[in-house]
Amino acid sequence: MVVNSVHWFRKGLRLHDNPALQEALNSADTVRCVYILDPWFAGSANVGINRWRFLLESLEDLDSSLRKLDSRLFVVRGQPANVFPSLFKEWNVTRLTFEYDSEPYGKERDGAIIKMAEEFGVETIVRNSHTLYNLDRIIEMNNCPPLAVKNHPIVEMNNGSPPLTFKRFQALVNRLELPMKPLPTITQEQMGSCRTKIADNHDEHYSVPSLEELGFKTQGLDPAVWKGGESEALERLNKHLDRKAWVASFERARINMCSLIASPTGLSPYLRFGCLSCRVFYYNLRELYMKLRKNCSPPLSLFGQLLWREFFYAAGTNNPNFDRMEGNPICVQIPWDHNPEALAKWAEGSTGFPWIDAIMTQLRQEGWIHHLARHAVACFLTRGDLWISWESGMRVFEELLLDADWSVNAGSWMWLSCSAFFQQFFHCYCPVGFGRRTDPSGDYIRRYIPKLKDYPNRYIYEPWRAPESVQKAANCIVGVDYPKPMINHAEGSRLNIERMKQVYQQLSHYRGLSLLASVPTIQEEAEPPPTDDSQASSSTCESPPHTSSAQSNTLKRGRSSEPQSTQMCTHTKHQHTSTAKGDQVQQQEQWEEQSEHPPVDLQ
Amino acid sequence: MYYSHQTSLCVSSYRMKRVKGDEDACSSSSEGPTESCKKVRKLQPSKEKQQEEEEEETDVDLCEFGFDWALLPQEILLNIFQFLPLLDRAYASQVCRGWNQAFHMPELWRCFEFELNQPASSYLKATHPDLIKQIIKRHSNHLQYVSFKVDSSTESAEAACDILSQLVNCSLKTLGLISTARPSFMELPKSHFISALTVVFVNSKSLSSLKIDDTPVDDPSLKVLVANNSDTLRMLKMSSCPHVSPAGILCVADQCHGLRELALNYHLLSDELLLALSSEKHVHLEHLRIDVVSENPGQHFHTIRKSSWDAMLRHSPKFNLVMYFFLYEDEFGPFFREEVPITHLYFGRSVSKDVLGRVGLHCPRLVELVVCANGLRPLDEELIRIAKRCTQLSAIGLGECEVSCSAFVEFVKMCGRRLSQLSIMEEVLIPDHKYNLDEIHWEVSKHLGRVWFPDMMPTW
Repeated sequence: MVVNSVHWFRKGLRLHDNPALQEALNSADTVRCVYILDPWFAGSANVGINRWRFLLESLEDLDSSLRKLDSRLFVVRGQPANVFPSLFKEWNVTRLTFEYDSEPYGKERDGAIIKMAEEFGVETIVRNSHTLYNLDRIIEMNNCPPLAVKNHPIVEMNNGSPPLTFKRFQALVNRLELPMKPLPTITQEQMGSCRTKIADNHDEHYSVPSLEELGFKTQGLDPAVWKGGESEALERLNKHLDRKAWVASFERARINMCSLIASPTGLSPYLRFGCLSCRVFYYNLRELYMKLRKNCSPPLSLFGQLLWREFFYAAGTNNPNFDRMEGNPICVQIPWDHNPEALAKWAEGSTGFPWIDAIMTQLRQEGWIHHLARHAVACFLTRGDLWISWESGMRVFEELLLDADWSVNAGSWMWLSCSAFFQQFFHCYCPVGFGRRTDPSGDYIRRYIPKLKDYPNRYIYEPWRAPESVQKAANCIVGVDYPKPMINHAEGSRLNIERMKQVYQQLSHYRGLSLLASVPTIQEEAEPPPTDDSQASSSTCESPPHTSSAQSNTLKRGRSSEPQSTQMCTHTKHQHTSTAKGDQVQQQEQWEEQSEHPPVDLQ
Repeated sequence: MYYSHQTSLCVSSYRMKRVKGDEDACSSSSEGPTESCKKVRKLQPSKEKQQEEEEEETDVDLCEFGFDWALLPQEILLNIFQFLPLLDRAYASQVCRGWNQAFHMPELWRCFEFELNQPASSYLKATHPDLIKQIIKRHSNHLQYVSFKVDSSTESAEAACDILSQLVNCSLKTLGLISTARPSFMELPKSHFISALTVVFVNSKSLSSLKIDDTPVDDPSLKVLVANNSDTLRMLKMSSCPHVSPAGILCVADQCHGLRELALNYHLLSDELLLALSSEKHVHLEHLRIDVVSENPGQHFHTIRKSSWDAMLRHSPKFNLVMYFFLYEDEFGPFFREEVPITHLYFGRSVSKDVLGRVGLHCPRLVELVVCANGLRPLDEELIRIAKRCTQLSAIGLGECEVSCSAFVEFVKMCGRRLSQLSIMEEVLIPDHKYNLDEIHWEVSKHLGRVWFPDMMPTW
């Protein structure tokens, strides 16, 4: 029987470690590599020019790699559901392969395509390679208690709920076997055995579109800081490993001015588009570590970034409302303000805080910012200063940030705005002090806000405090050439801490004076602490602290008096307008007994 | 959704008229038992289904033995209703007269939270205006514990004032005005706000708790409060009320001898106020919360005499002093020079090593300490000193600071298991020759007697 394969690229824009593509080639007679995009949709979608450019460069790179194997990339214009029927007929397709997409939207789209393929008698093969682990497996483990705690009063097991703290996630991952080994790159022989004739007018129909074709104006466009594509990704990976080897230390590096600038060894956008396989990155790091540390097996912390990505993917995979507050079971309902003007100032980088404005400018111009910079601007927009919903910030990142994945982006925003994952909210990044700590010279600001370049170091983070003479000498008058700060940070953070406290006290029924105790916590899964010194000091890199057989799987609330399940506790008692629930009545009675506490939330 | 509320309320008010005088649930049920029984029967599943579900069976059994839902005693009904959201109660009120009466029982209307939000400025739903009207009309005399949650729009604050000014025949015990986003009460004309608020002060006469943070309340309106509620006032929260003067709050402290809980900004705090609160006539103070906020950079702050704090402590030896600081580093001059009976201390902005050193020296009652930010030098000696001198310390949070791992372990060891809250950002801990980051989690857990990890932020 003739096998005519189509491999459908979406993410996973690479020829190395691409299991679904391997399946397409497996004893096939013809193989076509397809990418589907809708140029009419492109201009209107909420995706900025840098992200489109990165995608198109990645497609170009894919096409040129395929040419070297005497094949081509077919960029098909349209929507998947519309173009597949005609492709199936035209090419007499018998097999369709693609990479597994764990995100709810992707799962739905793929489900429909698989059904359609079935109707056309096309076999579909789906392989996981965008994440290190099988996410369903992690979720399954999270919901099945080990035997050790059988008699434990287990609070509540929500089937299908993902781990909600990073520690718990790490503990689960620790019990898993290593991720699947990466597969080799597609070879000339493999491709040669299923060569597909390329029409002379291929470029007319299937070429990679230009930015202009997608409706973008490219005049005056700065050259890309991040060049898309698998070739670039692999080059960067080598540099990344060289640097790691050279530093020979896998400890957390101190952040400075250089960390804030786009690095030629940065990899996150390449992982986002799948130009680089996360498993290749994982195993390269692992081998390097073992080579330099004489076969010690590496601690989980070595894979920090990769695991964070994995954590958020797991958290989002079964939650179609993961990217919004309403209807999202893990998201605390916070009464954010609607303030389009303030949001626009933040997004354009004209808040009047040079540190915030520089970061937003870098994001818009280059498409990437350091994770600490992300923390700074996200905190400023949400719980720190402006009290605007994380959903708005997430959408701006989705437009501008090259490595913004749906799950990772939404998850990070919930984390940073203290909307989920049991975060303490006392710590707000100061839009002045935090920048100054990171880059005391202010050169980062001078680079992205040239208007301020002549300000002395002392005032560059708060130019409004500079005397008029200094402002004049620097040729930049605050309020004329550069905006005044849009908010009094001291006053704003005072208000916001109170608001957060109010929100969290409603969740936990905690009414004491302590700020720290108002956040409900769940007991992290980990080994019980050792009881004598000898055990503690014997910890070596061979026994990372989280591996243990005596792990308790229960999610315990921090305070035993609150028998709510962890998921439920994110919703306030008073979520519904005008409800007078039983516990409110109970509270009332309590208050009447101890009259210092009023029955309405006045605390 | 809320429309049905309103209809049910209207319908019920009509029915109430008919059964007026029938205080007793039994007498009302005797008027139309068959009708309500039929309704209940209609709701029952058919015979076949009954056998499948045990619970249903019991219901039917009760019914067959002459059980009548309308005979359910009001106290039980009330108990059930208290667990239902308002909307469900409204539906239930349409079942029969007895239930309808129960719906309007004063006990169910003592506590109400008005949520005033504009669709353009808030994500939250609002209490429907018709429902508000009905409450004012039928239940305002039942209201005792009332709060208003208001979004950032002036219209919402306006609406809250409109309701307040209609609460003429009620006697509130608790009133809370809560801004959920920007403080919108501040945007109202002061006179408008004051006249609405004083309606409650004048009519209630037994207010015990009042939360009016971030509002334009002023001295004369506090005088009205005192004149009408001085015997009952126990709690007053008025952080960031710029129109109140130290004299205004002193008048409250002088006359409201039952005041046990007070929250205000530092500029209202005076030696006289502390002495007034520690006068013999005054009950023991329980909580005093002070916000120290810098309005303009380089602001100078007055000092409070140690003798005043001492008097306070003698009078109320167990009182909690909660202080929130939002100051620039150079504004801390007058603070922590002498012993202060602070129990909960929160530094919202960067604070110097020097000030934290003074905290260790002068805050022997400290229970909770939160430091959001500090400079680039490690806080080692400061923390050790705090552990040594602040023997009550049980909660600590550190944000953008640095502490060497050894000093941190030493700190935890000294405090031991009384540290019930320990929230330290991972970046705070600087590995040294004794401990790396993996080891410190073990070591700290050991001294705390429970599993502990530093707080993390995503590195993505």
